[in-house]
Amino acid sequence: MNRFAELLDRLAYEPGRNNKLRLITAYFRDTPDPDRGYALAALTGALSFKHAKPGLIRDLIADRTDPVLFGLSYDYVGDLSETVALMWPKAPPPGHNNPPPPTLSDVVTTLRTLGKTELPKQLACWLDELDETGRWALLKLVTGAMRIGISARLAKTAAAALGDKDPHEIELIWPGLSPPYLDLFAWLEGRGEKPVNRDPAPFRPVMLAHAIEDSDFANLDPADFIAEWKWDGIRVQAVSGRDERGYMQARLYSRTGEDITKSFPDLLPSLHLPGAIDGELLVLREGRVQTFNVLQQRLNRKIVSPKLMKDFPIHLRAYDLLGDDENDLRELPFDERRAHLEKFIKKLDDPRIDLSPTIAFDSWETLMAARADPASAGAGEDADAVEGVMLKRRDAPYLPGRPKGQWWKWKHDPHIIDAVLMYAQRGHGKRSSYYSDYTFGVWTSGEDGEQLVPVGKAYFGFTDEELLQIDRFVRRNTTEKFGPVRHVVHEPDQGLVLEVAFEGLQRSPRHKSGVAMRFPRISRLRWDKPPREADRLETLERMLKDVTAN
Amino acid sequence: MTTKHRTAKHRKQTAYIGGMRPQDILMPVAAGLCCKPGGFHIDPVRPVERAVITHGHSDHARPGHGAVLARQETLDMMRLRYGDNFARSTQAIRYGEEIRLGDVKIKFHPAGHVLGSAQIAVTCKDTCIVASGDYKDAIDPTCTPFEVVPCDVFITEATFGLPVFRHGDAADEVKKLLASVALFPERAHLVGAYSLGKAQRVIALLREQGYDAPIYLHGAMETITRYYESRGIALGELCAVKGVKKADLAGTITLAPPSATSDIWTRRFPDPVTAFASGWMRVRARARQRGVELPLVISDHADWDGLTATIAATGAGEIWVTHGQEDALVHWCQARGLAARPLDLVGYGDEEEHEVVAADEAEA
Repeated sequence: MNRFAELLDRLAYEPGRNNKLRLITAYFRDTPDPDRGYALAALTGALSFKHAKPGLIRDLIADRTDPVLFGLSYDYVGDLSETVALMWPKAPPPGHNNPPPPTLSDVVTTLRTLGKTELPKQLACWLDELDETGRWALLKLVTGAMRIGISARLAKTAAAALGDKDPHEIELIWPGLSPPYLDLFAWLEGRGEKPVNRDPAPFRPVMLAHAIEDSDFANLDPADFIAEWKWDGIRVQAVSGRDERGYMQARLYSRTGEDITKSFPDLLPSLHLPGAIDGELLVLREGRVQTFNVLQQRLNRKIVSPKLMKDFPIHLRAYDLLGDDENDLRELPFDERRAHLEKFIKKLDDPRIDLSPTIAFDSWETLMAARADPASAGAGEDADAVEGVMLKRRDAPYLPGRPKGQWWKWKHDPHIIDAVLMYAQRGHGKRSSYYSDYTFGVWTSGEDGEQLVPVGKAYFGFTDEELLQIDRFVRRNTTEKFGPVRHVVHEPDQGLVLEVAFEGLQRSPRHKSGVAMRFPRISRLRWDKPPREADRLETLERMLKDVTAN
Repeated sequence: MTTKHRTAKHRKQTAYIGGMRPQDILMPVAAGLCCKPGGFHIDPVRPVERAVITHGHSDHARPGHGAVLARQETLDMMRLRYGDNFARSTQAIRYGEEIRLGDVKIKFHPAGHVLGSAQIAVTCKDTCIVASGDYKDAIDPTCTPFEVVPCDVFITEATFGLPVFRHGDAADEVKKLLASVALFPERAHLVGAYSLGKAQRVIALLREQGYDAPIYLHGAMETITRYYESRGIALGELCAVKGVKKADLAGTITLAPPSATSDIWTRRFPDPVTAFASGWMRVRARARQRGVELPLVISDHADWDGLTATIAATGAGEIWVTHGQEDALVHWCQARGLAARPLDLVGYGDEEEHEVVAADEAEA
């Protein structure tokens, strides 16, 4: 447990993805079975036991510490598990009667079968045996609050690196595996056969599109392509198949292969034909596609209430068919797969699943016009949820990854405003010596005349060279420092104007300005523009009105 | 609270001592802790006629006093920092040596904080007060170990005066650093450490673990580190980091003042791992606030267990608590029937926080 705790501790501070991977891979390499398997399960969220309530932890510490000292400590630390881990009274010095600290396997296997009434005593016993970091990790684990910024995908990628395998291979066999994954590690270390995925509804690696540039069109023939709307939802794969006993199993996967079935129980009855659909998950109300902001209410939910399902009815818009019953269709050209898909959806005959419509066009000009005005080009009332068009080669097989020249995405031009840099904050990891997180604002009339009101934060979009320039500007034009935050000069004639691009806008009572941007990034530095000429809040409010009026 | 009221209260609490009341011997004033019968101040924060100084950190050892009495190392450190004219006159004192000043006798005892650090025992008639300055009871290869001094009144610091501060074995933290160096051989490891004491202790701990590669130093810590070496503390091969090629710093360890580890200066290192050696690293929010990637819980101050064990061991019936988390420690003392009060001294604190400001100005 202490070794696993060290890993969690280190991961919690490490900002870099590649470094996280190396830390996890090193742990897998150095840790014996079955501990590493349970660690993989913990990191991928595959462990299941009843979590302990914070109240239980409070009771345990209340029995052992002075309430005044606990109060002062909790105030200072601000996190219950951490406070308890640090304050827990020292166990008697190691003697011949003291048991060794529990391993991760001890903890996981014990918790699986432990009765509710036995938990406090067992927990106290483990806390006595572990060190500070071990206690912290144990409490995070048993309370189910291990927020350390690791996705299941990252943990699987780290495991794959152990055997120099492609993480997709693990994704494919993952549904057939269970903790502590002895067969998986045996295969990764070359000691065993590759585990077979007996899952009746396995994930297939997805095919992705490139962003198209203006210069690409010259080399492309419109006749080779099928165009569809690019919907502003999330990419999913819906797979159904019969298990060994003949029962239909249905699963929903994210584009990285994470099983997200549990979040969308309302879609499962619709997946009643064996097959694998590639499509977009959307929320539809009275037949109309809702914006991404609405869909967001349904994402990353562990518990889905009937009210949530009723208020945010989920829908699948299908654009490809990878498997039809037993047949793998991925080798077929896209237009043939599309024909299969149309038949499949018709047979399915379910209001929650429909076909992604194609856009009729004979030249890039007509397609450009459709993209500029989706409402009158077939998208009708759903035009708000369209974020551009997709171009797919008619003869393209379904290839995993991002193969060149097969699929293109042609997004809407983003919204653009000119805003003034107001505050800057240091970044993390490689960027920790740079001021790379920027808060920007626009003008509005306040009590004291014209003033800037913050409207958003951005920390990418600029080049390395531009980062250096902004960093230099921030250091030379700081008016005040508040901890890691620097106030940067922002007067009508003094300051830096940033051209900010963003995808969408919504009302937000949490922001002083009343608006929140989606996906803001710095698109250009306007050294030439005096701050007084930056945009005003009214401009944003007008954009907001345009969006809601449509 | 009026002075009269406070006096009355303390007379009651210290009646057992008889004769002199402790607050007649030492009392907090604006300039620091003043000993009227001895005619001196301990660690004064403003220039005074006669100063007695516990150790060389800049919040305790300031320039501009008339006469300064301190350990030789402390005097040397002040000279290195402030130049030859940091005081009108100086006098060095050894551990265990007793000196009479006015109506009191003073004696220096090791405090285990940094090289030359001392607790000062002030005895007047039959009342003994120990002003411990900053101290730690943990093992430190770079200074004389802390010594418990029995006394009537014990003045303790409370930098880490909360039960969440438990510092553990510093050797384990250094092992964590070495494990990281082994895992990321293409990256540089930058260890933020206060340049007087902490840096040399980290180096010595690394050597104890068998790390014998050259250790690199930020320019701001060279002088003091060389001084440690001149006092017979072996630190192995040390190099200035200035002028070393970026690629050559892969897989190396560099010690730097804490503030430098998040500044432009770090751009000379290949993909640096930022470590910070400090007792504050025990608390995650503190480490994250600083953007530290590898927190090392290594402290030159006593942790909670050290503070409480020391208070108990001195046998003092009255405890004065200064700079830090006074509330919790005063509460702990009172719960054990000890007379305890916070001593409102201004101008001391966590030397690391002080250095952040100072170095920020210097490096900018």
